[in-house]
Amino acid sequence: MFFEQLINGLTLGSTYALIALGYTMVYGIVQLINFAHGEIYMFGAFAGLFLVAWFDINIFWALLGAMAFCMLLGVLVERIAYRPLRGKSSRLSALISAIGVSIFLSTLMALLRGTNTTRFPQVMSEKTFHLGSVELSSLQVIILLVSALLMIGLQLMIQKTRIGKAMRACSQDIDASSLMGINVNRVISFTFAIGSALAAAGGVMVGIYYNAVWPYMGTMAGLKAFSAAVLGGIGSVPGAMVGGLTLGVLEIMGVAYLSSSYKDAIAFAILILVLIVRPQGLMGQKISKKV
Amino acid sequence: MDAIISQYIDAYYFRILILIGINIILALGLNLTTGVTGQLSMGHAGFMSLGAYTSAILTVHYTVPFFLALLGGACVAALFGFLLGLPTLRLEGDYLAMVTIGFAEIVRVFFLNFEPGGKAVGFSGIPQDTTFTLVWVLVIIVAYFNYKLLHSRTGRAMYAIRENEIAAEASGVNTTQIKVLAFTTGAFLGGLGGGLFAHYMFFIEPGNFGFMKSIELLNMVVLGGMGSIPGTILGTVILTIAPEMLRIVQDYRLLFYGALLVILMIFRPNGLLGDVRLYDIKKRFSRKEVKSWQS
Amino acid sequence: MAVLTLEGISQEFGGLRALDSVHLNIEEKEIFGIIGPNGAGKTTLFNIITGIYVPTEGKVVFNGQVLNNLPAYDIARLGIARTFQNIRLFSKLSVLDNVRVGSYGVSHSGFLAGMLGLPSSRREEKKVQVNALQLLELVDLADKRYEYADNLSYGEQRRLEIARALALEPKLLLLDEPAAGMNSTEKEELMRLIRKIREQRQLSIILVEHDMNVVMNICERIAVLDYGRKIAQGIPEEIKNDDAVIQSYLGAGA
Repeated sequence: MFFEQLINGLTLGSTYALIALGYTMVYGIVQLINFAHGEIYMFGAFAGLFLVAWFDINIFWALLGAMAFCMLLGVLVERIAYRPLRGKSSRLSALISAIGVSIFLSTLMALLRGTNTTRFPQVMSEKTFHLGSVELSSLQVIILLVSALLMIGLQLMIQKTRIGKAMRACSQDIDASSLMGINVNRVISFTFAIGSALAAAGGVMVGIYYNAVWPYMGTMAGLKAFSAAVLGGIGSVPGAMVGGLTLGVLEIMGVAYLSSSYKDAIAFAILILVLIVRPQGLMGQKISKKV
Repeated sequence: MDAIISQYIDAYYFRILILIGINIILALGLNLTTGVTGQLSMGHAGFMSLGAYTSAILTVHYTVPFFLALLGGACVAALFGFLLGLPTLRLEGDYLAMVTIGFAEIVRVFFLNFEPGGKAVGFSGIPQDTTFTLVWVLVIIVAYFNYKLLHSRTGRAMYAIRENEIAAEASGVNTTQIKVLAFTTGAFLGGLGGGLFAHYMFFIEPGNFGFMKSIELLNMVVLGGMGSIPGTILGTVILTIAPEMLRIVQDYRLLFYGALLVILMIFRPNGLLGDVRLYDIKKRFSRKEVKSWQS
Repeated sequence: MAVLTLEGISQEFGGLRALDSVHLNIEEKEIFGIIGPNGAGKTTLFNIITGIYVPTEGKVVFNGQVLNNLPAYDIARLGIARTFQNIRLFSKLSVLDNVRVGSYGVSHSGFLAGMLGLPSSRREEKKVQVNALQLLELVDLADKRYEYADNLSYGEQRRLEIARALALEPKLLLLDEPAAGMNSTEKEELMRLIRKIREQRQLSIILVEHDMNVVMNICERIAVLDYGRKIAQGIPEEIKNDDAVIQSYLGAGA
């Protein structure tokens, strides 16, 4: 039983990790909590849903399609709502703008689709695997694999490519990076794009896994993923991965062994706990301010 | 007193005026935290909820006198504000925003499961002790004390934190202490507004205090002018009346709010009245002042 | 008697050793300069003194009191004020309010006293107002007292920062590149102002500056930092002729 719950937790946690990565990467470079990120995740889920339901295409193409769509959406949001505020406005203004986008996007979807849950059409036959005495569904295996692949791909990109190096430079010192000739605007747009793509993947997979997609799914998931990012250490990419997985496991374990009615409280409680005990998270370093 | 006033005003507008008054108290609380001190709080409805339920339970189940119940509700809200603010505001960063969203959600879920509060069905039978007079007397009192606070040493420190936290520290301001103070006071006012709301509406349920309510209140502060008392009042009046007038476009309200926030931040981040200060009026008189002072 | 003593101050950021065993003694009423190439650790030193950073090693002693681990606001209240390299004014507050906030560390009216308008609070407000106006007079900004701080010119903003720092009634004033971006006339006025401040208020001043003219003219003693280490200390004449300094910093055109 324990191992089954562990697998459940890791599966859920992988989706949290995918969303958390977007939060952490954006925060690392522009110090903005992208409130609208949860809505990108939600749009990704819907995009995947539409591609499968209307065009009847293979789920993997739908996943890629949703990721591509959200990349564009993320870049668009950054361009319209955040870039005009960069540099000249206070952090508070940027936060409020982000909230505005979040509300706008979730309400838009609610108006278009109604607030009820839509079911994801059947996309694959469910098989059960056995690892020793533990049962896994094929869906879980796929989610774990896809998430792992995406996260490994992300790490490789950040460590081995030029743009990845530029991202790392910007997250350390954005002014110095720009003085060194890095096109900071392009790096920021790219970061938003990548983060949004990952969130979209998470959205599609959650949609399939729980067989439910609805306009406000991004709010809760976003909050939880943010807690995961803080748990892992906001600004740290490995931290977001670790934080997401950990939060998923803790949440499932909490529901299984404690109580289910306060499931959503677990992420929030962890957030508060982390802020009290170790604000830099599991893998973050103490941030020294630039004075 | 109410009876006299209600003779002159149509019942519909009477009701709106009471709601405006309650919203002003709520918004002034949020203004203190977010507008003045610059700490974005996204869960003000959570404090409203705590104040509403606490005061209602006190009057209904424990037959506590109304004013004490109001105070009790406000104090409970303030307590939670303090407990929430202390660990969160210690840190530099925008954690408060996320934490308050989560907090308001938890409060909502809590009351959905809370037997004495009626759970999802809601709490009815609350005595309607809130009168027009009471609300507007409180509005005047709250606005007055807000005004005194903002023009005092502590108020200046709050503005300073919003403008530049590090420079405020370098001037001797214990920024954590002041931030927590602002947040707690804001929570107190949120709870007070909640108590007034509950005892006007006769019936409350957790849905009254959801995320949308927090956003509405935030919009009132942001639209009117962050950190400005007249601005907040103006924003509240506009955003309380508008939905009433535009009942037809009820569903599009949030869409509008979302876009409004983005547009405001880009074009007029200080809201309608945020940039208009007594300074500009004083400037016109200051030339005369300087002359007499120098002689 | 030394007002400020830095004993073996070292500061590490990750793998970078920004400061290495720096020793300094600042005397009473002295104008002390700290110079060095960019990245030498000058502002880091200021940040350590004012409590923004906690030093990895070493002690900071101010009038006999150890400052390590005290929060920045406590250090401010003890009498150390500063200006910032990248101006940190309260942009949307008036010039007058900027200075009034500066005196927060030496005033006492609490939250309730202010809100209720108690007599003690009102008395203190008057005092704060008068002091603030005097300081504005000192830096020649009194006629702009109701302007928003961010409407001022660059030079005016720097002067405002100084006025705000003085509102704290400090015994030690740290000026971080106060002449940056000023033209020669403004620099002359700045030097006059710094001397006047020292005379009127009997305080010690530490000055971080790149403009050699300013430094050599008003500093009584100078320390030179390079790569986090103090490589020289002495009176301006000595520093001008010190080989190590010339090599690392002043270059051929000295």
